[in-house]
Amino acid sequence: MELKEALVELLRRAATDLPPDVERALKEAYEREDEGTPAKAVFRTILENVRMAREKSTPICQDTGSLIFYVDLPPGQDHGPYIEAINAAAEEATRRQYLRPNAVNPITGKNSGNNIGKNHPFIHFHQWDRDEVRIRLLLKGGGSENVGAQYKLPDSRLKAGRDLEGVRKVVLDAVFQAQGKGCSPGTVAVAIGGDRITSYMLSKELLFRKIGERHPEPEIAEFERRLYRELNQLGIGPMGFGGKTTVLDVFVDWQHRHPATFFVAITYNCWAFRRKTLYIKEGEVSYDD
Amino acid sequence: MTIKLKTPISEEEIRKLRVGDEVLLSGIIVTGRDQAHKLMVEKKPDFIRPYLENSVIYHCGPVVRRNPDGTWVFVSAGPTTSIREEPYQGDVICEYRLRGVIGKGGMGRKTLEALKRCGAVYFHAVGGAGTLIANSVKRVADVFMLEEFGTPEAFWVIEVEDLPLVVTMDSHGESIHERILESSKEKFMALAGLK
Repeated sequence: MELKEALVELLRRAATDLPPDVERALKEAYEREDEGTPAKAVFRTILENVRMAREKSTPICQDTGSLIFYVDLPPGQDHGPYIEAINAAAEEATRRQYLRPNAVNPITGKNSGNNIGKNHPFIHFHQWDRDEVRIRLLLKGGGSENVGAQYKLPDSRLKAGRDLEGVRKVVLDAVFQAQGKGCSPGTVAVAIGGDRITSYMLSKELLFRKIGERHPEPEIAEFERRLYRELNQLGIGPMGFGGKTTVLDVFVDWQHRHPATFFVAITYNCWAFRRKTLYIKEGEVSYDD
Repeated sequence: MTIKLKTPISEEEIRKLRVGDEVLLSGIIVTGRDQAHKLMVEKKPDFIRPYLENSVIYHCGPVVRRNPDGTWVFVSAGPTTSIREEPYQGDVICEYRLRGVIGKGGMGRKTLEALKRCGAVYFHAVGGAGTLIANSVKRVADVFMLEEFGTPEAFWVIEVEDLPLVVTMDSHGESIHERILESSKEKFMALAGLK
Protein backbone atom coordinates (compact mmCIF):
# COMPACT_ATOMS: atom_id res chain seq x y z
CA MET A 1 0.00 0.00 0.00
CA GLU A 2 1.14 3.49 -0.75
CA LEU A 3 2.37 5.31 2.38
CA LYS A 4 -0.08 8.18 1.97
CA GLU A 5 -3.07 5.82 1.75
CA ALA A 6 -1.85 3.87 4.80
CA LEU A 7 -1.68 7.16 6.71
CA VAL A 8 -5.17 8.24 5.61
CA GLU A 9 -6.38 4.92 7.02
CA LEU A 10 -4.45 5.56 10.25
CA LEU A 11 -6.18 8.95 10.55
CA ARG A 12 -9.57 7.45 9.76
CA ARG A 13 -9.16 4.76 12.41
CA ALA A 14 -7.97 7.24 15.03
CA ALA A 15 -10.86 9.66 14.41
CA THR A 16 -13.66 7.11 14.14
CA ASP A 17 -12.70 3.98 16.07
CA LEU A 18 -12.11 4.37 19.82
CA PRO A 19 -9.43 1.97 21.18
CA PRO A 20 -10.96 -1.08 22.95
CA ASP A 21 -9.23 -0.40 26.28
CA VAL A 22 -10.83 3.07 26.40
CA GLU A 23 -14.25 1.78 25.41
CA ARG A 24 -14.02 -0.92 28.09
CA ALA A 25 -13.18 1.69 30.75
CA LEU A 26 -16.20 3.76 29.65
CA LYS A 27 -18.47 0.70 29.85
CA GLU A 28 -17.27 -0.01 33.38
CA ALA A 29 -17.91 3.62 34.29
CA TYR A 30 -21.45 3.33 32.89
CA GLU A 31 -22.09 0.21 35.00
CA ARG A 32 -20.96 2.01 38.16
CA GLU A 33 -23.37 4.96 37.89
CA ASP A 34 -26.86 4.83 39.43
CA GLU A 35 -29.98 4.55 37.25
CA GLY A 36 -31.80 7.81 36.56
CA THR A 37 -28.80 10.12 37.09
CA PRO A 38 -27.50 12.56 34.47
CA ALA A 39 -24.14 10.72 34.77
CA LYS A 40 -25.72 7.45 33.68
CA ALA A 41 -27.40 9.22 30.73
CA VAL A 42 -24.08 10.76 29.68
CA PHE A 43 -22.28 7.41 29.62
CA ARG A 44 -25.16 5.85 27.70
CA THR A 45 -24.91 8.63 25.08
CA ILE A 46 -21.11 8.31 24.93
CA LEU A 47 -21.22 4.56 24.34
CA GLU A 48 -23.96 4.88 21.74
CA ASN A 49 -21.94 7.57 19.98
CA VAL A 50 -18.78 5.42 19.99
CA ARG A 51 -20.73 2.55 18.41
CA MET A 52 -22.31 4.79 15.76
CA ALA A 53 -19.04 6.48 14.85
CA ARG A 54 -17.36 3.13 14.26
CA GLU A 55 -20.30 1.84 12.24
CA LYS A 56 -20.65 4.95 10.08
CA SER A 57 -16.94 5.68 9.93
CA THR A 58 -17.52 9.29 11.01
CA PRO A 59 -15.58 11.24 13.66
CA ILE A 60 -16.37 10.27 17.27
CA CYS A 61 -15.97 13.94 18.14
CA GLN A 62 -16.16 16.82 15.68
CA ASP A 63 -13.00 18.20 17.24
CA THR A 64 -10.63 15.79 15.58
CA GLY A 65 -7.84 17.48 17.43
CA SER A 66 -4.31 18.55 16.76
CA LEU A 67 -2.52 15.91 14.72
CA ILE A 68 0.53 14.73 16.62
CA PHE A 69 2.68 12.07 14.98
CA TYR A 70 5.55 10.09 16.51
CA VAL A 71 7.62 8.44 13.79
CA ASP A 72 10.29 5.86 14.60
CA LEU A 73 12.57 5.08 11.66
CA PRO A 74 15.28 2.48 11.08
CA PRO A 75 18.78 3.92 10.48
CA GLY A 76 19.37 5.45 7.10
CA GLN A 77 15.85 6.58 6.28
CA ASP A 78 15.13 10.21 5.41
CA HIS A 79 12.42 12.28 7.08
CA GLY A 80 11.39 13.99 3.86
CA PRO A 81 9.12 11.33 2.34
CA TYR A 82 7.33 10.88 5.69
CA ILE A 83 6.71 14.60 6.11
CA GLU A 84 5.36 14.74 2.58
CA ALA A 85 3.13 11.67 3.01
CA ILE A 86 1.78 12.83 6.39
CA ASN A 87 0.85 16.23 5.00
CA ALA A 88 -0.79 14.70 1.93
CA ALA A 89 -2.69 12.20 4.13
CA ALA A 90 -3.89 14.93 6.50
CA GLU A 91 -5.18 16.93 3.54
CA GLU A 92 -6.92 13.89 2.06
CA ALA A 93 -8.43 12.83 5.40
CA THR A 94 -9.79 16.36 5.82
CA ARG A 95 -11.30 16.22 2.34
CA ARG A 96 -13.00 12.94 3.27
CA GLN A 97 -14.35 14.49 6.53
CA TYR A 98 -12.41 12.15 8.80
CA LEU A 99 -10.84 15.34 10.12
CA ARG A 100 -12.10 18.85 10.73
CA PRO A 101 -9.81 21.61 9.45
CA ASN A 102 -8.06 22.56 12.70
CA ALA A 103 -5.04 24.64 11.67
CA VAL A 104 -5.65 28.33 12.37
CA ASN A 105 -3.17 31.12 11.74
CA PRO A 106 -3.00 32.95 15.10
CA ILE A 107 -2.08 36.27 13.47
CA THR A 108 -4.74 36.49 10.76
CA GLY A 109 -7.34 34.17 12.33
CA LYS A 110 -7.60 32.32 9.02
CA ASN A 111 -8.17 28.57 9.03
CA SER A 112 -5.94 26.90 6.42
CA GLY A 113 -8.86 24.64 5.55
CA ASN A 114 -6.84 21.47 5.07
CA ASN A 115 -5.05 20.88 8.40
CA ILE A 116 -1.74 21.94 6.88
CA GLY A 117 0.11 24.80 8.50
CA LYS A 118 3.23 25.82 10.32
CA ASN A 119 4.07 22.93 12.69
CA HIS A 120 0.72 21.33 11.90
CA PRO A 121 0.61 18.33 11.72
CA PHE A 122 3.39 18.15 14.30
CA ILE A 123 5.81 15.27 13.73
CA HIS A 124 8.27 13.90 16.29
CA PHE A 125 11.01 11.91 14.52
CA HIS A 126 13.11 9.33 16.26
CA GLN A 127 15.60 6.80 14.97
CA TRP A 128 15.56 3.34 16.43
CA ASP A 129 17.45 0.10 15.80
CA ARG A 130 14.52 -2.04 14.68
CA ASP A 131 14.11 -2.83 10.99
CA GLU A 132 10.53 -1.58 10.92
CA VAL A 133 8.82 1.79 10.82
CA ARG A 134 6.40 2.73 13.58
CA ILE A 135 4.07 5.71 13.22
CA ARG A 136 2.02 6.57 16.28
CA LEU A 137 -0.76 9.14 16.08
CA LEU A 138 -2.51 11.12 18.77
CA LEU A 139 -5.57 13.25 17.92
CA LYS A 140 -5.55 15.71 20.79
CA GLY A 141 -8.75 17.68 21.32
CA GLY A 142 -8.47 21.42 21.95
CA GLY A 143 -10.92 21.59 24.87
CA SER A 144 -8.95 19.08 26.89
CA GLU A 145 -5.65 20.67 25.88
CA ASN A 146 -6.87 23.93 27.41
CA VAL A 147 -7.23 22.33 30.86
CA GLY A 148 -3.70 20.90 30.90
CA ALA A 149 -1.28 22.62 33.28
CA GLN A 150 2.39 22.91 34.15
CA TYR A 151 3.33 23.54 37.78
CA LYS A 152 6.60 24.74 39.24
CA LEU A 153 7.31 23.33 42.68
CA PRO A 154 7.31 24.51 45.38
CA ASP A 155 3.83 25.99 45.05
CA SER A 156 2.89 28.08 48.07
CA ARG A 157 -0.81 28.37 47.20
CA LEU A 158 -1.12 24.57 47.35
CA LYS A 159 1.52 24.08 50.04
CA ALA A 160 3.12 21.69 47.58
CA GLY A 161 6.82 20.93 48.09
CA ARG A 162 9.44 19.28 45.92
CA ASP A 163 8.45 15.67 46.54
CA LEU A 164 5.82 13.13 45.51
CA GLU A 165 3.39 14.58 48.02
CA GLY A 166 3.75 17.96 46.29
CA VAL A 167 3.11 16.30 42.95
CA ARG A 168 -0.03 14.68 44.35
CA LYS A 169 -1.38 18.07 45.40
CA VAL A 170 -0.85 19.73 42.03
CA VAL A 171 -2.46 16.83 40.16
CA LEU A 172 -5.50 17.08 42.43
CA ASP A 173 -5.57 20.83 41.79
CA ALA A 174 -5.34 20.44 37.99
CA VAL A 175 -8.24 17.99 37.83
CA PHE A 176 -10.29 20.04 40.31
CA GLN A 177 -9.70 23.18 38.21
CA ALA A 178 -10.62 21.33 35.02
CA GLN A 179 -14.04 20.31 36.40
CA GLY A 180 -15.98 18.90 33.42
CA LYS A 181 -14.42 21.28 30.91
CA GLY A 182 -11.91 18.86 29.40
CA CYS A 183 -14.77 16.43 28.60
CA SER A 184 -14.44 14.26 31.67
CA PRO A 185 -13.88 11.49 32.49
CA GLY A 186 -10.38 12.26 31.34
CA THR A 187 -7.14 10.34 31.25
CA VAL A 188 -4.47 12.25 33.14
CA ALA A 189 -0.81 12.03 32.12
CA VAL A 190 1.68 13.38 34.64
CA ALA A 191 5.37 14.03 33.94
CA ILE A 192 7.66 14.80 36.86
CA GLY A 193 10.97 16.59 36.23
CA GLY A 194 12.64 17.75 33.03
CA ASP A 195 12.54 21.30 31.71
CA ARG A 196 9.59 23.37 30.44
CA ILE A 197 9.54 21.57 27.09
CA THR A 198 10.52 18.03 28.04
CA SER A 199 8.00 17.87 30.88
CA TYR A 200 5.10 18.38 28.47
CA MET A 201 6.76 16.13 25.89
CA LEU A 202 6.98 13.27 28.37
CA SER A 203 3.42 13.69 29.58
CA LYS A 204 2.02 13.72 26.02
CA GLU A 205 3.86 10.58 25.05
CA LEU A 206 2.48 8.79 28.13
CA LEU A 207 -0.86 8.82 26.32
CA PHE A 208 0.32 5.87 24.25
CA ARG A 209 -0.08 3.68 27.30
CA LYS A 210 -3.18 1.49 27.52
CA ILE A 211 -5.82 2.10 30.19
CA GLY A 212 -4.90 0.02 33.23
CA GLU A 213 -1.22 -0.25 32.28
CA ARG A 214 0.87 0.61 35.35
CA HIS A 215 4.36 2.07 35.58
CA PRO A 216 7.04 -0.66 35.92
CA GLU A 217 8.42 0.87 39.14
CA PRO A 218 6.23 -0.25 42.07
CA GLU A 219 6.42 3.09 43.88
CA ILE A 220 5.19 4.99 40.81
CA ALA A 221 2.55 2.34 40.07
CA GLU A 222 1.23 2.71 43.61
CA PHE A 223 1.24 6.50 43.21
CA GLU A 224 -0.86 6.12 40.02
CA ARG A 225 -3.37 3.94 41.84
CA ARG A 226 -3.64 6.42 44.69
CA LEU A 227 -4.18 9.36 42.32
CA TYR A 228 -6.82 7.40 40.40
CA ARG A 229 -8.68 6.66 43.62
CA GLU A 230 -8.46 10.20 44.98
CA LEU A 231 -9.31 11.99 41.75
CA ASN A 232 -12.47 9.92 41.47
CA GLN A 233 -13.40 10.94 45.01
CA LEU A 234 -13.72 14.53 43.75
CA GLY A 235 -17.14 13.52 42.40
CA ILE A 236 -16.95 15.78 39.32
CA GLY A 237 -18.22 12.96 37.13
CA PRO A 238 -18.80 12.83 33.36
CA MET A 239 -19.17 16.32 31.83
CA GLY A 240 -18.98 17.72 35.37
CA PHE A 241 -22.55 16.62 36.17
CA GLY A 242 -21.41 14.81 39.31
CA GLY A 243 -20.74 11.08 39.41
CA LYS A 244 -18.46 8.26 40.38
CA THR A 245 -15.98 8.47 37.51
CA THR A 246 -14.00 11.68 37.05
CA VAL A 247 -10.91 10.09 35.47
CA LEU A 248 -10.49 6.87 33.48
CA ASP A 249 -6.86 6.44 34.44
CA VAL A 250 -3.71 8.23 35.58
CA PHE A 251 -0.32 7.69 33.93
CA VAL A 252 2.81 8.95 35.66
CA ASP A 253 6.47 9.01 34.64
CA TRP A 254 9.55 10.96 35.67
CA GLN A 255 12.84 12.22 34.28
CA HIS A 256 15.84 13.90 35.85
CA ARG A 257 15.53 17.59 36.59
CA HIS A 258 17.89 20.52 36.95
CA PRO A 259 18.78 21.12 40.66
CA ALA A 260 17.03 24.51 40.52
CA THR A 261 13.80 23.41 38.82
CA PHE A 262 10.97 21.02 39.60
CA PHE A 263 8.30 20.97 36.92
CA VAL A 264 5.19 18.85 36.85
CA ALA A 265 3.35 18.75 33.52
CA ILE A 266 -0.19 17.46 33.40
CA THR A 267 -1.79 16.62 30.09
CA TYR A 268 -5.51 16.02 30.27
CA ASN A 269 -7.08 13.89 27.57
CA CYS A 270 -10.84 13.93 27.05
CA TRP A 271 -12.85 10.68 27.29
CA ALA A 272 -12.52 10.44 23.49
CA PHE A 273 -8.97 9.24 23.86
CA ARG A 274 -7.93 8.79 20.24
CA ARG A 275 -4.63 7.11 19.43
CA LYS A 276 -3.58 4.55 16.82
CA THR A 277 -0.33 3.04 15.61
CA LEU A 278 0.86 1.89 12.22
CA TYR A 279 3.77 -0.46 11.53
CA ILE A 280 5.55 -1.00 8.25
CA LYS A 281 7.76 -4.05 8.01
CA GLU A 282 9.12 -5.38 4.71
CA GLY A 283 6.49 -3.38 2.89
CA GLU A 284 3.63 -4.83 4.95
CA VAL A 285 1.39 -2.39 6.81
CA SER A 286 -0.35 -3.31 10.08
CA TYR A 287 -2.35 -1.29 12.62
CA ASP A 288 -2.59 -1.36 16.38
CA ASP A 289 -4.41 0.67 19.05
CA MET B 1 -38.64 12.01 32.76
CA THR B 2 -37.59 13.42 29.41
CA ILE B 3 -39.19 16.67 28.23
CA LYS B 4 -39.77 17.27 24.51
CA LEU B 5 -39.26 20.83 23.29
CA LYS B 6 -39.55 22.36 19.84
CA THR B 7 -38.35 25.77 18.65
CA PRO B 8 -39.70 28.45 18.65
CA ILE B 9 -39.92 28.18 22.45
CA SER B 10 -41.93 30.56 24.61
CA GLU B 11 -40.57 32.24 27.71
CA GLU B 12 -43.22 30.44 29.75
CA GLU B 13 -42.04 27.02 28.54
CA ILE B 14 -38.40 27.83 29.25
CA ARG B 15 -39.15 29.07 32.78
CA LYS B 16 -40.71 25.70 33.62
CA LEU B 17 -37.36 23.97 33.14
CA ARG B 18 -35.17 23.18 36.15
CA VAL B 19 -31.58 22.02 36.45
CA GLY B 20 -31.28 18.27 36.00
CA ASP B 21 -34.16 18.07 33.49
CA GLU B 22 -33.44 15.87 30.49
CA VAL B 23 -34.67 17.41 27.23
CA LEU B 24 -35.06 16.25 23.64
CA LEU B 25 -34.89 19.35 21.46
CA SER B 26 -36.31 19.66 17.94
CA GLY B 27 -36.67 22.49 15.43
CA ILE B 28 -34.45 25.17 13.91
CA ILE B 29 -31.38 26.22 15.90
CA VAL B 30 -28.13 28.03 15.01
CA THR B 31 -24.48 27.14 15.65
CA GLY B 32 -22.12 29.88 16.71
CA ARG B 33 -18.88 30.01 18.60
CA ASP B 34 -15.96 32.37 19.23
CA GLN B 35 -15.95 34.57 16.13
CA ALA B 36 -19.76 34.54 15.89
CA HIS B 37 -20.17 35.77 19.47
CA LYS B 38 -17.57 38.47 19.05
CA LEU B 39 -19.38 39.63 15.91
CA MET B 40 -22.83 39.58 17.54
CA VAL B 41 -21.65 41.79 20.39
CA GLU B 42 -19.46 44.17 18.39
CA LYS B 43 -21.58 44.56 15.21
CA LYS B 44 -25.05 43.28 16.21
CA PRO B 45 -25.77 41.92 12.70
CA ASP B 46 -29.44 41.54 11.72
CA PHE B 47 -29.10 38.64 9.27
CA ILE B 48 -29.11 36.11 12.11
CA ARG B 49 -31.83 37.77 14.20
CA PRO B 50 -34.87 35.92 12.78
CA TYR B 51 -33.24 32.53 13.40
CA LEU B 52 -32.23 33.27 16.98
CA GLU B 53 -35.42 34.84 18.35
CA ASN B 54 -37.14 32.33 20.66
CA SER B 55 -34.60 29.75 19.53
CA VAL B 56 -31.30 28.40 20.73
CA ILE B 57 -27.64 28.97 19.87
CA TYR B 58 -25.40 25.94 19.81
CA HIS B 59 -21.68 26.21 20.65
CA CYS B 60 -20.44 23.86 17.99
CA GLY B 61 -17.82 23.74 15.26
CA PRO B 62 -19.05 20.90 13.08
CA VAL B 63 -17.49 18.64 10.49
CA VAL B 64 -19.65 19.10 7.38
CA ARG B 65 -19.82 17.55 3.95
CA ARG B 66 -21.01 19.24 0.76
CA ASN B 67 -23.02 17.12 -1.64
CA PRO B 68 -22.58 17.46 -5.40
CA ASP B 69 -25.96 19.28 -5.53
CA GLY B 70 -24.61 21.96 -3.16
CA THR B 71 -26.52 20.87 -0.05
CA TRP B 72 -24.68 20.39 3.24
CA VAL B 73 -24.67 17.44 5.63
CA PHE B 74 -23.47 17.47 9.26
CA VAL B 75 -21.00 14.62 9.77
CA SER B 76 -19.88 15.21 13.36
CA ALA B 77 -21.25 17.95 15.56
CA GLY B 78 -20.69 17.76 19.32
CA PRO B 79 -20.53 20.83 21.57
CA THR B 80 -17.46 22.96 22.17
CA THR B 81 -16.42 24.52 25.50
CA SER B 82 -18.86 27.32 26.33
CA ILE B 83 -16.91 29.32 28.88
CA ARG B 84 -14.96 31.06 26.13
CA GLU B 85 -18.18 32.91 25.24
CA GLU B 86 -18.74 34.09 28.82
CA PRO B 87 -17.74 37.72 28.07
CA TYR B 88 -20.36 37.85 25.28
CA GLN B 89 -23.11 35.37 26.08
CA GLY B 90 -25.28 37.41 28.44
CA ASP B 91 -25.50 40.31 25.98
CA VAL B 92 -26.20 37.96 23.07
CA ILE B 93 -29.02 36.23 24.96
CA CYS B 94 -30.85 39.46 25.74
CA GLU B 95 -30.05 41.29 22.47
CA TYR B 96 -31.18 38.41 20.23
CA ARG B 97 -33.95 37.17 22.58
CA LEU B 98 -32.55 33.68 22.80
CA ARG B 99 -34.36 31.03 24.85
CA GLY B 100 -31.36 28.81 25.28
CA VAL B 101 -27.71 28.10 24.81
CA ILE B 102 -26.32 24.63 24.09
CA GLY B 103 -22.74 23.84 24.88
CA LYS B 104 -20.50 22.01 27.27
CA GLY B 105 -18.73 22.76 30.53
CA GLY B 106 -21.27 25.33 31.72
CA MET B 107 -20.94 29.11 31.97
CA GLY B 108 -20.40 31.78 34.59
CA ARG B 109 -22.24 34.30 36.70
CA LYS B 110 -22.84 36.85 33.95
CA THR B 111 -24.59 34.29 31.78
CA LEU B 112 -26.55 32.86 34.72
CA GLU B 113 -27.90 36.34 35.44
CA ALA B 114 -28.88 36.87 31.80
CA LEU B 115 -30.70 33.52 31.78
CA LYS B 116 -32.72 34.74 34.74
CA ARG B 117 -33.30 38.27 33.48
CA CYS B 118 -34.20 37.46 29.87
CA GLY B 119 -35.73 33.99 30.27
CA ALA B 120 -33.41 31.33 28.91
CA VAL B 121 -31.59 28.17 30.01
CA TYR B 122 -28.23 26.53 29.43
CA PHE B 123 -28.52 23.10 27.91
CA HIS B 124 -25.57 20.75 28.25
CA ALA B 125 -24.92 18.41 25.33
CA VAL B 126 -22.59 15.44 25.71
CA GLY B 127 -19.11 16.61 24.77
CA GLY B 128 -17.48 14.36 22.23
CA ALA B 129 -20.75 12.83 21.05
CA GLY B 130 -20.10 14.17 17.57
CA THR B 131 -21.56 11.43 15.43
CA LEU B 132 -24.65 10.89 17.57
CA ILE B 133 -25.55 14.58 17.56
CA ALA B 134 -24.87 14.93 13.83
CA ASN B 135 -27.34 12.12 13.36
CA SER B 136 -30.06 14.20 14.98
CA VAL B 137 -29.36 17.08 12.55
CA LYS B 138 -31.97 16.48 9.87
CA ARG B 139 -31.20 19.37 7.58
CA VAL B 140 -28.87 22.31 7.06
CA ALA B 141 -31.20 25.20 6.25
CA ASP B 142 -28.62 27.90 5.67
CA VAL B 143 -25.12 29.06 6.50
CA PHE B 144 -23.73 32.56 7.15
CA MET B 145 -20.15 33.87 7.31
CA LEU B 146 -18.74 30.61 5.98
CA GLU B 147 -16.12 32.27 3.80
CA GLU B 148 -15.04 34.73 6.50
CA PHE B 149 -14.99 32.40 9.51
CA GLY B 150 -14.35 28.94 8.07
CA THR B 151 -16.34 25.76 8.70
CA PRO B 152 -16.05 25.46 12.50
CA GLU B 153 -16.87 29.13 13.19
CA ALA B 154 -19.66 29.85 10.70
CA PHE B 155 -23.31 30.34 11.67
CA TRP B 156 -24.98 27.09 10.58
CA VAL B 157 -28.78 27.21 10.62
CA ILE B 158 -29.87 23.63 11.21
CA GLU B 159 -33.00 21.63 11.89
CA VAL B 160 -32.58 19.10 14.69
CA GLU B 161 -34.76 16.28 15.90
CA ASP B 162 -34.64 14.90 19.43
CA LEU B 163 -31.24 16.33 20.30
CA PRO B 164 -30.47 14.87 23.79
CA LEU B 165 -29.65 17.58 26.35
CA VAL B 166 -29.57 18.17 30.09
CA VAL B 167 -30.50 21.53 31.66
CA THR B 168 -27.52 22.46 33.81
CA MET B 169 -28.30 26.18 34.33
CA ASP B 170 -31.90 27.37 34.58
CA SER B 171 -33.75 30.68 34.55
CA HIS B 172 -34.12 30.62 38.35
CA GLY B 173 -30.44 31.16 39.15
CA GLU B 174 -29.58 27.49 39.65
CA SER B 175 -26.42 25.93 38.18
CA ILE B 176 -25.27 22.32 38.44
CA HIS B 177 -21.78 23.57 37.59
CA GLU B 178 -21.67 25.84 40.65
CA ARG B 179 -23.01 23.05 42.81
CA ILE B 180 -20.37 20.54 41.64
CA LEU B 181 -17.64 23.17 41.92
CA GLU B 182 -18.57 23.68 45.59
CA SER B 183 -18.84 20.00 46.50
CA SER B 184 -15.64 19.03 44.65
CA LYS B 185 -13.81 21.97 46.21
CA GLU B 186 -14.54 20.66 49.66
CA LYS B 187 -13.24 17.20 48.67
CA PHE B 188 -10.19 18.70 47.01
CA MET B 189 -9.29 20.79 50.08
CA ALA B 190 -9.59 17.73 52.31
CA LEU B 191 -7.54 15.46 50.02
CA ALA B 192 -4.84 18.09 49.53
CA GLY B 193 -4.71 18.76 53.27
CA LEU B 194 -5.57 22.42 52.76
CA LYS B 195 -8.17 22.73 55.50
